[in-house]
Parts: sequence; structure tokens; C-alpha cells
Amino acid sequence: MVLDRKATLSLRALALGYLIILLLIPLLLIFFRTFEDGVAAFWAQVTTPASIAAIQLSLTIVAIAVPLNVIFGIVTALALARGRFPGRGIVQAIVDLPFAVSPVIVGVSLILLWGTGGWLGGLAGLGIQVIFSLPGMVLATIFVTLPFVVREVEPVLHEIGDEQEQAAATLGASRMQTFWRITLPAIRWGLVYGVVLTVARALGEFGALIVVSGAVSGESQTLTLLVHSRYIDDHNVFGAYAASTVLMAFAIVTLLLMTTLNRRRELE
Amino acid sequence: MITVDTVSKRFGEYTALDAVSLEVPEGSLTALLGPSGSGKSTLLRIIGGLELPDAGVIRIDGEDVTKVPPQRRGIGFVFQHYAAFRHMTVRDNVAFGLTVRKQPKARIEARTSELLGIVGLAGYAERYPNQLSGGQRQRMALARALAVEPRVLLLDEPFGALDAKVRAELREWLRRLHEEVEVTTLLVTHDQEEAMSIADRIAVMDNARIEQVGGPRELYDRPANPFVAGFLGAVSQLGDRLVRPHDILIETDALDGGLEAQVQRVVHLGFEVRVELMLTDGAEVSAQLTRQTVDELELAHGDIVWLHAAPTTVLPDAGPDAAATVDPGPEVAGERAA
Repeated sequence: MVLDRKATLSLRALALGYLIILLLIPLLLIFFRTFEDGVAAFWAQVTTPASIAAIQLSLTIVAIAVPLNVIFGIVTALALARGRFPGRGIVQAIVDLPFAVSPVIVGVSLILLWGTGGWLGGLAGLGIQVIFSLPGMVLATIFVTLPFVVREVEPVLHEIGDEQEQAAATLGASRMQTFWRITLPAIRWGLVYGVVLTVARALGEFGALIVVSGAVSGESQTLTLLVHSRYIDDHNVFGAYAASTVLMAFAIVTLLLMTTLNRRRELE
Repeated sequence: MITVDTVSKRFGEYTALDAVSLEVPEGSLTALLGPSGSGKSTLLRIIGGLELPDAGVIRIDGEDVTKVPPQRRGIGFVFQHYAAFRHMTVRDNVAFGLTVRKQPKARIEARTSELLGIVGLAGYAERYPNQLSGGQRQRMALARALAVEPRVLLLDEPFGALDAKVRAELREWLRRLHEEVEVTTLLVTHDQEEAMSIADRIAVMDNARIEQVGGPRELYDRPANPFVAGFLGAVSQLGDRLVRPHDILIETDALDGGLEAQVQRVVHLGFEVRVELMLTDGAEVSAQLTRQTVDELELAHGDIVWLHAAPTTVLPDAGPDAAATVDPGPEVAGERAA
């Protein structure tokens, strides 16, 4: 298709305008409101005990959920890319389930399984509190972020093929040696990309958490839940903006990380 | 020495190897030659432990290795597409086998440098594979395979992904390397010229079976069947006999009998001249003569001549379906290239 210069320019302007109005302006507005009254006001809002606890909780959940999903993701991607087992198609579909199911439903289903009266609800009697506590929030986060590592790593495994691994085997490398020295370095960019996406998604999760957490301030309130509670319950609009900005700062850091890593991947 | 004893392998409904037996003598450079889909790569991968046979036994130096994993077979394997470790330097690639065996650093260093010298990559040690040409990459892969001092070296279409000029150079180089290193080598190829120019023994495969094993000259001069005859070189059919085009004698008179034919075309290819002829029954025959002979006979389009087969070669009689099996046709390089 050949477009004249004018048509090309107007198409570009249209796409750009779409992005600006739908994505950039709303986020910039929050930013603007946050620092409207100076950095000190912002700082006061993000250093309240509730806010600090929320930041800590969000990071704790990330610190537990992400490594688990990395291990699971690599194992699953290897099985899907290298294995020839029955039910492969079903596993493929199950991995994508979190993309298809709304996080709210994830939260409700977790309560059905782990809550009092659920199949595994008896654990509460043994003193292991899952729902309305950290384990439940981690479970919900793992659920919604599960596909990212698998979906980033699997195509890389397909692309590099298994000849390097076979070559390593003929040279005497054990399975573990082959994994650490050949497979892992070969998939590292896909893995890093998957991890960054997992972190971003984990930090931003809201729907499943609000169902399973109980959202007790200072205890089971993540950053996203804090934004929601300040805005809706406390009518502390400014506090909500400030917490949002902290969340966005995390997101921007991961985004920048992703872009620079992507550039390095292209250079290689 | 490699011994393959009645090895069979099926992939679903497809038979890749049908009770194949083969011996690769100690120190030899043997070629497994055949068209794509003949089972030669599968046989090589089974010897290397990368596939398991459904039946049969593999022995290396007399030891049954059929169920031994590739790590402990004492083999070196070279892949068509190099299988270079892309994230490692050339030096680390070559050192890999020694590194995973936890050899002392000094020994690894010495052995790696020695091998890089042998394969002519001494100046490329710190480069990455993507900074090398295809030929250099394959030489690196060979050095990597040789570093662990394998009992046998297995090469799967090692030059299949290279262009013709580099391929010819590497053949020559491999031949010399083999004289230097003297490791028992089995090379898979679909290129008869490659097999003839490198190997001291050739096993010709077709349809999951080995058709014939022998020296290059032996296979060319005394092929066991029309397939081997056709795969190792051009053949023409004279009546019910198969003849190499250069073994067709042309007479300009009928004194000695022979098959009558008419000259269709005389093609000068330098020293060699190809004469295209048509027999009285309409069959076409191609004969290969020297320029001198053609000049002496004064052959020209339309001449009537009489054809004989030279007594020097003994090709099998053309079977009823000889026409179909004689010419396997040129094969596209790299059957697994996709």
C-alpha cells in the first residue's frame, strides 16, 4: 500500500493522539495532582504507617510470587517446548487460563477452595491462615501472573532448538550442567522479559486481592488496595494520588528496565 | 571401531532403519551415503545416543553402548548447523567438554589452544560464533568435538549448510585432519562426490537399508545394484545393460556389431565431450568421450554410429524398473535444513 505523505502524517497524528488522550493524559494528571502542593505534601502521604506497610506488603508479595513463577515457568516452558507427552494441548490452554479469567473470579475461587468450608479450609483450624492473609494474596498473585514467564520463554526455546543441548550431551555435560551452562544462558532475555512483566502485573494486581485480602490497613493492604481505600473509603483523594504515583514509579522503573534490556537483546 | 548389529527404528508408521548392520573399522573414515529419507542421519544419531533404536545393538570398540547415554559413549558429534554455543566465545566452545569434566585449568587451556591451532582458529579464540563464517564455525565445532578425545567422531552432513567453494576446501581439510588425528570417523552425506573424495569406505543407504559397503572405486566400478550404480555416478542404458557414459565406445562402422544410434548433439565441455545419441528404438543415450576421440571420429549431428560397452566395468543389468531407479537426481542440500 502506498500512501502519500499527507495521509501518512495524518495517520500518525491519529495514532499518537489516541495514545495521548487514552493513556498519557490520565496518568499525567495524577502526576500533576500529586505534586501540585509540593514534594513535602506527597512525602507526608507516602510515609504514613499504612502507606509504608502497603509498600512493604506489595514488595513482599512480588518477592515470593515472582521466584515461584520463574521456576514453574521455566519447567513448564521446557516441558511444552521439548516434551512429547499426551495432554500437551490441554496444558497449553491451562497456562493461558489466567489471561482469560477475570481476577475477581480468581479471588472468589480461591476463597471457595481455601476459605472456611472450602476443600482445604481445614488448614485454618491448624493455625494456617490462607484467606485474608499473606498466603492467600500470594496465591492470587501467582495465579494471575502465571503465564508470563512461560509465554516469554517457550518461543525462545523453540527458536534455539535442541541441537545445542544435544551437542552439550555428546560433549559429556549432565542434564543439570546442560541446563545451567547452555539452556539458561540461551533463554535469559526471554526470561528477563517474562520476569519484568510478572513483576509489573504482580504490583498492579487488584481484583483478586480485594476479594482474598480483607484489605485491613497496615496488615493486608497492598499499594493498589491502599489507593482504592483512600479514594473510595477515606475520601483522601490526595493520598490516593500520592500512592498511585508510587505505584507508577515502580511501573516506570520496570518499563525502563524492559526497554533497555530489549535493546541489549537486539544488539546481541 | 563401531559395530551396528541389526538395528531397526520406526517413527510411527515410518520405517527409518530396517535391520541395518554395519562395521566402521578402527581409524577409517567411512561415509554413510544416501538420498534424504534413506535413514542415514537416524543411524548416525542412534550411534551417537541421540536416538534409541527399537531393536538391535550398537558397539563401540566392542562395548555394548546401546543403552548408554551420549555423555558416556566417548563420541564426538558434529551437527549440520554447527550447534555452536552462541553465548560463549570460540575458546569456551572448544573447552566445553573439558570444562564439564572438571579438568584442571592449565590442561584445558593447553588442550584448547592446541586444538584451535589444529583447526586454524588460533586468532579467533575470543570471538563469538556469530562473528565467524560458516566454515569457521564448523571447524570450531570439530575442534570442540575432538577436544574430549572421542573414540569415534560422528559427522552429520557437516558441510551441508556451506556454499560449494567452502565445502570443497573443508573436505580437503577434513581429509588431512583425519590423517593427522586418526580417529575412527563416520560421516553422513547425500553428496556422492563428497563421499568419494573424502572417505576410504562408503556405505550406500536407501529406503532404511544399507545397499552396499565398499571402497569408492569398488562401489563405482562394481555396484551391487542399479540404485548404487546410479547414485555413485551417471549411467546410460545400452539395451539391457547399464554403462558409465565414459565406458561407451563409438564406432563409425558396423563391422563389430553393436547398437545402432544417431548422433543428436555434440556438446564440448573442454577436455570432455558429451555426445547425445538416440538408439533405433528411440531411447536416448549420453556418452562421454575425450576431445581427441571425437575429433578422430569426426562426429557430427545426424551421423549414424554403432555403440559398444567397454569391457572394463561390470555394472549390474538394468532390472525391469531400472529406468526409475537409475537416476536419483540432484538432491537439495540439507534435508533437515528447514
